[in-house]
Amino acid sequence: MNVIFAILFYLATLILVGGLAYKIYDFARTPAPLKIPTTPAPTTAPGVVLRMAREVIFFESLFKSNLWIWAFGYMFHVGLALVLMRHLRYFVDPVGPILAFIQPFGVYAGFAMVAGLGGLWARRFLVARIRYISTPSDHLMLALLIGIGLTGLGMKFLMHTDIVTVKAFFLGLMRFEINPLPAHPGVYLHLGLVALLMIIFPISKLLHAPGVFFSPTRNQVDNPREARHVAPWAAQLDSGK
Amino acid sequence: MAAEFKTPEYRPFPTVPEMQPGAMSHLKPFVASEAVQTNIGFPGKLEEGWEGRAIDKMGELLGKYRSLKVFMDSCVHCGACTDKCHYFIGTNDPNNMPVARQELMRSVYRRYFTLPGKIFPKLVGAKDLTKDVLDQWYSYYWQCSECRRCSVFCPYGIDTAEVTMAARTIMDHIGQGQKYSNEILGKVHKIGNNLGLPGPALFNTLEGLEEDVKEDTGVDVRFPMDVKGAEVLLVTPSADFFAEPHIDSLIGYAKVFHAAGVSWTLSSYASEAGNFGLFNGSYEMMRKVAMRIRTAALELGVKRIIVGECGHAWRVAYAFWNTLAGIGAGANDPFAIELQKQLDPNCKQPTHICEYTWDLIQQGRLKFDKEANDHRIITFHDSCNVARGSRMGDSPGGQFEIPRNIIRAVANKYYDMSPETIREVTFCCGGGGGVLTDDLLELRVKGAFPRMEALNRLKEDHGVNFMATICAICKAQFTKVLPYYGFKMNNVGGVHQLVSTAIVLGNEH
Ligand code: SF4
Ligand code: SF4
Repeated sequence: MNVIFAILFYLATLILVGGLAYKIYDFARTPAPLKIPTTPAPTTAPGVVLRMAREVIFFESLFKSNLWIWAFGYMFHVGLALVLMRHLRYFVDPVGPILAFIQPFGVYAGFAMVAGLGGLWARRFLVARIRYISTPSDHLMLALLIGIGLTGLGMKFLMHTDIVTVKAFFLGLMRFEINPLPAHPGVYLHLGLVALLMIIFPISKLLHAPGVFFSPTRNQVDNPREARHVAPWAAQLDSGK
Repeated sequence: MAAEFKTPEYRPFPTVPEMQPGAMSHLKPFVASEAVQTNIGFPGKLEEGWEGRAIDKMGELLGKYRSLKVFMDSCVHCGACTDKCHYFIGTNDPNNMPVARQELMRSVYRRYFTLPGKIFPKLVGAKDLTKDVLDQWYSYYWQCSECRRCSVFCPYGIDTAEVTMAARTIMDHIGQGQKYSNEILGKVHKIGNNLGLPGPALFNTLEGLEEDVKEDTGVDVRFPMDVKGAEVLLVTPSADFFAEPHIDSLIGYAKVFHAAGVSWTLSSYASEAGNFGLFNGSYEMMRKVAMRIRTAALELGVKRIIVGECGHAWRVAYAFWNTLAGIGAGANDPFAIELQKQLDPNCKQPTHICEYTWDLIQQGRLKFDKEANDHRIITFHDSCNVARGSRMGDSPGGQFEIPRNIIRAVANKYYDMSPETIREVTFCCGGGGGVLTDDLLELRVKGAFPRMEALNRLKEDHGVNFMATICAICKAQFTKVLPYYGFKMNNVGGVHQLVSTAIVLGNEH
């Protein structure tokens, strides 16, 4: 089992990092031939950084469009961020003061994350318009995330596991050593689901995470009259005439 | 052709409507004939093997447009956009929800371009490109006015207009073009304007206008055309030459130039500001149309290019002319360099007529008799392409302030419509983006519904009887659909129509 999980995590990490790197490269190499920021848009680069920051940190556009989706989505994403930070303790030794400080918040965040996901899932059933646009994979994605959250919380509150051994396993992986995992169904389930999530990340709608940074309607400076913007394939048309 | 349909009824408390699947699946615009298609370089009709060609084209566009690629990958089906499209609100057809409209293409994208779609199509909602799917594309990608309202609300800025444009490009390239838009493109390439008005007809019209204005005001206001060495080239939608109420704005521009004592000219070669290349999403087509303006500007030797009241034209002029044709700063092909030398670097190139008029007002160079507009109780309809695809003046949002400032400078009675229907979240008139054709009348009437509701509230509260706008398509669309909602045709008009009414001429230098 230890070997299986070790291989699984190496594989998952490879796919996640490789897949995302490829996708980011793919987004980056595709030119945006025209200036299409959704206006009113910032007229300077720092302004664009600020706009993107508001989007990424506060989900500004979503806030404007739908408070329910914003509330649940925000709860989930902030929860997830804190939970991920809490989990850093499995990868660093010794645990620094900041990391130690956020540990308890990470626990509450776990609940917020699952509650947020629950809200989002409920909307997929209760709101007819959202039911209409949901595909089976949308439901499975939520199930997967909730599964990860619940198994994690389960191990914290219901059936404890030996987290010191878990930590040794991951620290070992980082040094290419295979240490034993606790033989605990919760651990297997939790880690299996996480690996699955990592694997599907680069081929699913989770690509919205890098995608948001590449969205031309949000990341372009509104200065078309002042600076000429031409994509390489379009510049060829210029020399053709 | 007399389509039977019901005009939506005003709701006391507007809420998100129930869905009616398939409510608009019967509606399709006329398909372009072989002659129309081949005239602008597209295949004449749908032929054997179109599926493969469509997928190839899609692949090409995915490689050329970051917007399309990122938008295809990033939607999470959150549903935030589902109630934001005027066509969904007016028709209740779920395929008119922005995400569902995108999904028509995204399902095909997944099938041919992504791993899960190739292996588990059902799971991720991937679909083969079949004739049925193409029919849906043709129906619903021509029920989008590319107004970008959805892009304001999407957490990833997904702009359905970009998807619609890509779909239309693909359909053009497999021989399934839309008659209305492609006919117009043929006319503009050949004659220089969307209406197909030849130079001599334009001269006659302008002469007639000079006489009319003289009769009206006693002042010799000129409407010059093809005058070399004029300072300003005015490029305006061709509807301004003939259609009501557009022509009143043209008179307004002429009076402003007259009062400012500036020499100006129209061009018979570039007698169209509109650019239907945008609606079809064709860069090359859009570029070809924009080039006419550069050519005309060079030929006439003007110092400044000003654009008349037209929404999508202003988006193309403001945001794309520099890219497409080097009108603006920074282009470096020989023609563009010549143009840079010729154009006045102290002016914004191009300038919107509202920017121009507002500058003059601020400098105190125009005089108005505001009472002349007192029979009008006015509101302003933000046109989508101006609101969400361009700017005026120096700061973001100038496109909202400047036209309103002008109206307040020339008239006494002004009210805004409710905030959730104006400025950056303005509702489309229902006729933009290439759907301003009678074969889509049902769509146009229903799509105007949210705007009509907002206008009606203002009519009831304040007796508003004039909706000013700065778009030729909005004007034509509202003239047609206002009567369906209990308004008069002439309840819509241009901002420069108001300027024209109030401006005081005579006694200038
Ligand atoms: S661009 Fe406008 S018309 Fe098209 S889907 Fe979005 S809101 Fe609807
Ligand atoms: S708001 Fe954006 S991400 Fe959400 S469903 Fe609509 S297009 Fe997709």
